[in-house]
Formats: sequence, structure tokens, C-alpha cells
Amino acid sequence: MLKHHLIDGGPVFNGSVYTWMVVDGIHMEIGFLVDRLTVLMMTVVTFVSFMVHIYTVGYMHDDPGYQRFFSYISLFTFSMLVLVMSNNFLQLFFGWEAVGVVSYLLIGFWYTKPTAIVANLKAFLVNRVGDFGFLLGIATLLYFTGTLDYIDVFARAETMQGETITIFGGHAWSALTVACILLFVGAMGKSAQVPLHVWLPDSMEGPTPISALIHAATMVTAGVFMVARMSPLFEFSETALSFVLVIGAITALFTGFLGVVQNDIKRVVAYSTLSQLGYMTVALGASAYAAGIFHLMTHAFFKALLFLAAGSVIIALHHEQDIRRMGGLKKYLPITYWTSLIGSLALIGFPGFAGFFSKDALIEAVGLSSIPGSGFAYFSVVAGVFVTALYTFRMFFLVFHGSERIDEDVRGHLREPPWVVWAPLVLLAIPSLLIGWPTIGPVLFGDYFGSAIFVLESHNGLAEMGHEFHGPLSFLLHGLKSPVLYLALSGIAVAWYAYLYKPSVAENIRRRFGVIYTLLDRKYYMDELYQTVLAPGAARLGGLLWRVGDVAIIDGAAVNGSARLVGWFSGVLRQIQTGYLYTYAFAMIIGLVVLVAWLTLGVNN
Amino acid sequence: MAEIFLACGLCVVLVVDLFVSDRNRDLTFSLALIVLIGTAWISWTTGHAGQVLTFGGSFVSDPLAQLLKIFSIAAVFVSFLYSRDYLKQRNIFKGEYYVLGLFALLGIMVMISAYSMMTMYLGLEMMSLALYAMIAFDRESPVSGEAAMKYFILGAIASGTLLYGISFIYGVTGSLQIGEISAALTAGAMNETSLLIGLAFVLVGIAFKFGAVPFHMWLPDVYHGAPTSVTLFVGTAPKLAAIALAVRILVEALGSVGHLWEPMLLVLAVLSLAVGNIVAIAQTNIKRMLAYSTIGHVGFILLGFVAGSHAGVEAALFYTIVYILMAAGAFGMVILMSSNGHDADRLDDFRGLGRRSPWFAAMMLLLMVSMIGVPPLAGFYAKWWVLTALVNSGHVWPAVVAVLFSVIGAFYYLRVIRLMYFDDAEGEAGAPVAGGWLMRTVLSANALGVLALGILPGGLLEMCARALSG
Repeated sequence: MLKHHLIDGGPVFNGSVYTWMVVDGIHMEIGFLVDRLTVLMMTVVTFVSFMVHIYTVGYMHDDPGYQRFFSYISLFTFSMLVLVMSNNFLQLFFGWEAVGVVSYLLIGFWYTKPTAIVANLKAFLVNRVGDFGFLLGIATLLYFTGTLDYIDVFARAETMQGETITIFGGHAWSALTVACILLFVGAMGKSAQVPLHVWLPDSMEGPTPISALIHAATMVTAGVFMVARMSPLFEFSETALSFVLVIGAITALFTGFLGVVQNDIKRVVAYSTLSQLGYMTVALGASAYAAGIFHLMTHAFFKALLFLAAGSVIIALHHEQDIRRMGGLKKYLPITYWTSLIGSLALIGFPGFAGFFSKDALIEAVGLSSIPGSGFAYFSVVAGVFVTALYTFRMFFLVFHGSERIDEDVRGHLREPPWVVWAPLVLLAIPSLLIGWPTIGPVLFGDYFGSAIFVLESHNGLAEMGHEFHGPLSFLLHGLKSPVLYLALSGIAVAWYAYLYKPSVAENIRRRFGVIYTLLDRKYYMDELYQTVLAPGAARLGGLLWRVGDVAIIDGAAVNGSARLVGWFSGVLRQIQTGYLYTYAFAMIIGLVVLVAWLTLGVNN
Repeated sequence: MAEIFLACGLCVVLVVDLFVSDRNRDLTFSLALIVLIGTAWISWTTGHAGQVLTFGGSFVSDPLAQLLKIFSIAAVFVSFLYSRDYLKQRNIFKGEYYVLGLFALLGIMVMISAYSMMTMYLGLEMMSLALYAMIAFDRESPVSGEAAMKYFILGAIASGTLLYGISFIYGVTGSLQIGEISAALTAGAMNETSLLIGLAFVLVGIAFKFGAVPFHMWLPDVYHGAPTSVTLFVGTAPKLAAIALAVRILVEALGSVGHLWEPMLLVLAVLSLAVGNIVAIAQTNIKRMLAYSTIGHVGFILLGFVAGSHAGVEAALFYTIVYILMAAGAFGMVILMSSNGHDADRLDDFRGLGRRSPWFAAMMLLLMVSMIGVPPLAGFYAKWWVLTALVNSGHVWPAVVAVLFSVIGAFYYLRVIRLMYFDDAEGEAGAPVAGGWLMRTVLSANALGVLALGILPGGLLEMCARALSG
């Protein structure tokens, strides 16, 4: 497929395979839209999925749910492909929900573990909030355009800009803006943007391959993909773009801070995922969709790599996840060490690595953007670079360098995991290292996406950059001169100084800034806010409705009352069925007489 | 022609069966199946795109006939497959069963292709006589005998009524041929009272065949009393004959006076929905429960005709086909449950099935949920299209009533599911269901077919549309 579109320059495929049903003139179809954007996503999804399949053979080797696990991830891959290949909103929604369900199942894969159950429930509930918005967004589009097909909806985007919708006391809103923001609320749930990000760190309760596949590389990027796919809509609504931009910027910076204080190896990577998703979202908000998707692709490779490497460390240490109890693993796990190094360097955007190209381009595109909020966003993404480097290398140093803080009995049989585990690491390290070189030109500045992504002339920061682009090498040299690189380097330096060279420094800082540390450690008290304010409020409201509406009216009168009535009636009617032939014949004759009488008399009147 | 082949094949089966000892009855069985396959093949290949009349205009071959015939043959085929083990265990595995079944099928096919009132009556009697005998097939059982007797007497009354009605219509229009009746009615100017009386009598005959209230009384007793394999037979293919009867007489012959019979049918349909669904709740025997559920489904089928539109008839046809698929599965399930020797036809026999035989409990679940009409199962689309046709033709109230009674109906289907999954089996009935591989395969295919048809309903609907467009 990739070959077909890239090398042979095949045309865009857009067709409906089957009409599922037609309701009130709305065609609900199963159809596929395969263009360059889809192909890129398909390649990423299938490649990472393949790696994870291999890796799982080793990782889940002794697990009793081995088969169940494979059936789930296959289902996931299918759903994800449906999502990206869809040509209409209904199917998109189907894929969207299906990946959500599989994610729910996989987070709670170890269903005997209470924390896993809480985590999957949380993921599911938070995603419901997002999906509610998403569904409303689709409904808004349907209401105004009367179709679910992408192409038709896109064609109507410009006219929809003018139409207005009235919500909440008379304010007229542009219908398009409302639809876009609602759609983006869906993306916020799936791609874990603040304030709906709380589920992603907890989702790390699932098996590590899943964290790599679903919660880093593919599913969480569905939101980003969706916004890019909807670019013809978002382009016409500056308000929506601005909203996207600000949310993304907040996510990028503030979740990065959280990564600095986490001690669970997977959670550090999870917060880094959140932060990187924020980056992608910022790019979307700045109309640099190509940059967002480009970062999505490189991120999928290096983040999957980091997760799988973390998993490799976890197996080697017999399911120890606390980085305070690691250290000095470099000599025991050489392959994991080197691949993690590549992954980490790619993540912080070290020149020459995949992450460098995508992140640097993204930051510059944001810098050139003129959408309201772009100043704040630019500051966030630049500051985020420093934070990224800090937490990444804090984790890296604590795990692989420094003194060994491992349990004695584990150290005895500490060795590199089998080849099925490390082979995917190596295979993922290659694109993490190299993918930026050949792809930056066509994807970012060339016409790779063709008509798949639509950008208004006035928003097109990337095109401006394209004029100054003279091949990856010059881009690299250009990057060397930017402050971004030095921020990253200083992040590494601080991490090295505070956690490796002089661990007491970190301790001191923690003590001196106790308030900030606690704030970060408690994740800005987001969970507590939801737990103590929103959830009980909703529960009280629910309780009230339950007592009045459900118990009294529906259960008492409607359900039980009618059931008793029906039951009584049923008993009476049953008596009529006497079993005697003459009763039956009599009933028939009465029926006949009544019919004849009614007909003849009725007509004559 | 398929009927001629069937009649010949039937005689061969009869003769061969004479010379076969009881131990080799499988030969009769296989031969009957071969005859069925041959008949189906001939029906399939000799179909006509348009309408072709033969035998002096009393016999018709059109897409509708072809579709209904193929489905009736399939229904009979499946019911034969289901019946083999059941009959063997009760020592009534006799050749006559299959001969009678084939006779009934012949009657059904004649009815389907009939283009004159007389041919239709001929087919009806041929089918009914065979069915009476089949119901009484288990000569040892007093319940079977009673059921056959009741059916026979009530059936005779209904046939008489139908015939009487036909004579009135003949008197008014001067013809027995469907096309001529229709033409005469369109021409207008006739004795309206006589026509109305005839219409009412004919309607009673049709309603009896369907089992619509208040002409439904025979149905629970027959379903209950007959051996389960016969119940399966009675509950499936003859319904196709009934719909053929309804389409030919009501739509093709009397279509132009639709405003006269539609209100009557509406009353019958609503009564059927009400009585069927409500009384089913009070049943403890699953065969009786399914009988009442049949009455409820018949209400839906009749509503399709009430809509008076092309789409309505199409929906009714689709509903009937889906219904016989579900009914075959449900009765097949009862047969399968009975494989241990005793008749497991009480609802309580389904207790704890979910733990004993999870696969078949799941199949039953599919069937029950489809009967409720939950997507994505076939039963949903059947109901959906009937309701759509009703609403589109302006009958909003009947549609609302139909939905209400479906909700009530959901109760007893769900009760079966509850018994299967949430209750424990009582006493020694805790064994998993036995049953031959043939039985198991056919049943699974049947239930999964309901699911498949629910996911991809387009094909069958198109077939129904094509059958009625001719």
C-alpha cells in the first residue's frame, strides 16, 4: 500500500463498500478513504503493531492470558485501521469506540489487580466525556450538512462558517466553530489533553507492550490524526484553532513538569507521552498539520522504543518499576542501554535523530504562526524542550548509571532478555535514528500529503519555512544555531548534575521547594478535584434522579405497575384458552360475525 | 416443473419405503433429502423473470413463487434434519413421516404457485391433510391425538369459511382467476355487500392459517401437543404458504379494494400483538410460549399488509422469512434439549444451560434476542422495516402499539435468557445437552445465520423486493 501510493503515485481511493442502512436520507455506509495521510498512519500502526507482537511473545511468555492478549491486540490493530481508513464519520466513530474498548480491556488485562480495574474504569469514564463531545460534534456537522461523508462535509465547510447556532442564553456561535471544538473535545479525551489527561498515567497498569502500542504510538494519536483529517474544517475556524493551540500548549508544558517527579519508570514515559501529544496538538493548532503528523510518526517509533525498553528493564528486574531501586544497569543490559539512549536522544530532539527534525520544525512553525495564543504556545514548547531533556535523562541516568540500588537476589540472575524482546528494540531504534533524514523533505515541505491536508494560505507557516529549506543537512546545521538545542543540552546537564554527579542537590531542591514538589507529586491535585468535587456532585445529582425519577416514577409506577397489570391481564386471558374445542370454535365464529357485521354496517353507514 | 418432480420423487420414496425394513429407515431419510435437493434445484433453474401462466391460467410462475418455494424447501429440509434424532429416540422414525412431510410441501408449493382460487384451495387442503396426520404421528401420545383432532375440526371450519368466501367473490366478479378478479374489481360497479361478506370470510380463512387472534386458538394446543419435530415443521414452511395466500388473494386479487380489508386486518393484527405477547408471559411450557410468540409475530406480519404499500408487503415477506429462520432455530433448540430421551419442553428445563452447554446457550441467546428485535440481529431489521412502512403510509398509531407490545414481549424472551444464565439447574438435569453432530451443526448454522442476516440484511431484502416487483 505504501509502495502503491508513494512509488507508483497511485490515486486516492475513496469508495463505499457497502451501505449499512439508510435512515431518513442519511446514508450509513462502510467505506474507505485511502490517501497519503492514511497510508502514513497505516504504515506506522502496522509496523509498531508488528514489533509489539514480536515483543509480546517474549514479554507475556508466562502469562496465563497469553492467547487472550493476542486476540485483544489483533482486535486493536483492526479497529485502528478501520479508524484511519474510514471515509465517513460513522465508521470513524466505530473505530474510535472500538479502540477505546480494547484499550479498556487491555488496561484491565490483569483483572485480579484492583489498581488495574480502577485504572481501566477511569480511562473508560474519562474517555466517555471526550466521546460525548465527539458525538455531539458529529451530530452538529450532520445537522448542518445532512451527510456523514467526509468529502461532502468538507465541501460545505466554508458555507457553514457563516451559519450560527444558539446555545446557552442567546449567544450566537459559528456552527463550524462549535462543531470543531466539540470534535476536538473528543480528541482531548482520546489523545489525553489537559484536563482530560488523567487517565493516561494510570493506564500504565496494563502490560507494557500495550503501553507502547496503544498508549504511546497509536491510539492516543488518533485524536491528532482526526484533527489533521478534519483540517478542511478546522482551517475555517480560527477560534477553534486557537482553542486547540492553547490546550496543546498547556498539556505540553505542564505534564512535562510532572514527569520530573515521578519514580515509576513507566509513568515517567507516560508523562512524556502526554507532553509530546501536547506538542502535536500545538502543531495542529498552528495549522502546521504536516508537522503534527510528522511528529506523530517519529514519536510513534521512539516512544514505542522507550516503552519496550522500559519493559525490557522491568522483566530483567522481575517486574520492578521503581527507578529509585535501579541504577547501574548499563553493564547488565547493553542492548537495552544503547537502544534506550537512541530513544532518549530522539525524544529530546538531539540533532540528527528523528525527534530533532520533527520537533524543531514544529517549534519553528509555531513561532511563525499568527493565530491568537501562539505566543504562549511558542514559549511553552520552547520551555518544554528543557523539561523534556530533564526528565528523560533523569530517568536514563537513574536507571542505567550511578550506584546499583538493586535487590541482591535479583542481581544474581540479571541478564539481557531473550531475542524476541530485544530484536524489536533494535528494529525500532533504526527508524528512531534515521527516519527523519529521508522523510522530512517530502512530508513537511513537499507535496507528500497532496490534498489530504488542507491549509489556508494565511495560516501556512510551514510553506514559509519550506522556502528556506535546502535538504536535511542544512536543516540540521540551522538547528545547531537555534536556542532550542542548547536548552535541551542544558536539560541533560542539569539532570546529570542533580541526579548523577551530586544526588544531594536533588534532595536539597526537593526540600527547599516542598510546596511545588508536593503540587507536582499530587499531579496538580487534578485527581482530587475530580474525586471530591465533580464525582460526588454528579453522584448526588444521579442519586436524586434515581430516587425521584427511577424508583418512584419509572420503577414504581411504570415498570412494576405495568408489569403487574400485564401479568394480571395475562392470567385472565389465559383462562380463555380452555382447551375445549367448542370454546375455540365459538371464538372463531364470534370473530367472524363481528367482522362481517362491522364491515357491512360500517360501509352502509 | 418442480412440483411434478416432487410428486414423482414422493411416490418413489413411498414405494421404496415399503420394501425397507425398520433398521434401514435412513435410506428413506436420505432419499427424501435427495428429492428435496432435486426439487430445489429445479425451482432454482426454472425461475422466470416475469409472470408465466399455465394450466388454463390457474398456475403461475413468477419471482415471488420462486423465492417462496426455495425457502419452503429449505425450511422442510432443515426440519427433516432436525427431526431425525428426535424421531429415532422415540421409536417413531418411520418413512411415513417423510412422505407426509413431502406431501405437505407439495401442497405448500401448489399454494404458492396457485393463480386461481380453486388451485389455492386444492393446495391448502393437500397441505392441511398431511399436517393433521403428522401431528397425530405419535400414536401412543394422547396429547398429540387431541391436538390433531382440534386442528382438524377447526381447520375444517376455516376451510369451509374460506370456500364460502371464495364463492361470494366468484358470485361478484364471475371468475376464480386472480388476474380476472382483479380486473373485474377495478372495472367497478358490483354488489358491494356480497363482496364485503366474501371478503370477511376469506379474511377469516387467511387469519386462521396465520393464527391471528381470534382465530388462533388451535395454535398453542397444536404446538404443544405435536411431537416437537412436527411443531417445527408446522411452525415454519406453512407460514410461507400463508403469506403466499395473503399476497395472492389480498394484494394481487383484492388489492384494489384495499381500503375495505385493511381496517379489518389492522384489528386482527393489533389483537394478535396484544394477546400473543401478553399471554406468552403466563406460559411455563416453552412450546406454548413460542406458540404465543408466533401469534405476536403474526401481528407484525399482518401489519406489513395493513401499511397497504409496496414496501409494507415487502417488509411482511422479509419478516416471514426471518421469522421462520428464528422459529426453526428455537424449536430446534427444544429438540436438541430433548435429546436425552425426555421431552424438555418446560421453561425450567433451560435452567443453568449457560453453565452446562455454553455454546448452545449462546445460540439460544442469539435467537431470543433476535426475536425481541435487537440489532444487529435479523429480527431487528424485520421489525424495523415493517414499522418504517407503517409510518411512511401514515399509520403511526399501529406502529406505536406494535412497539409497545414488542417491549412487553421482550419480557418472556429475556426470561429464557435469565433462566439459562442466572439460575442453577435443578436435580439430575445438570448434564450438558447431548445430540448428534448433524443436529449440532445445523442448529449452530441456523443461529449464526440469524446473526449474519442481521449484519448483512441487504441481500435478502433485495430478493424480497425483486420477488414482488414482478
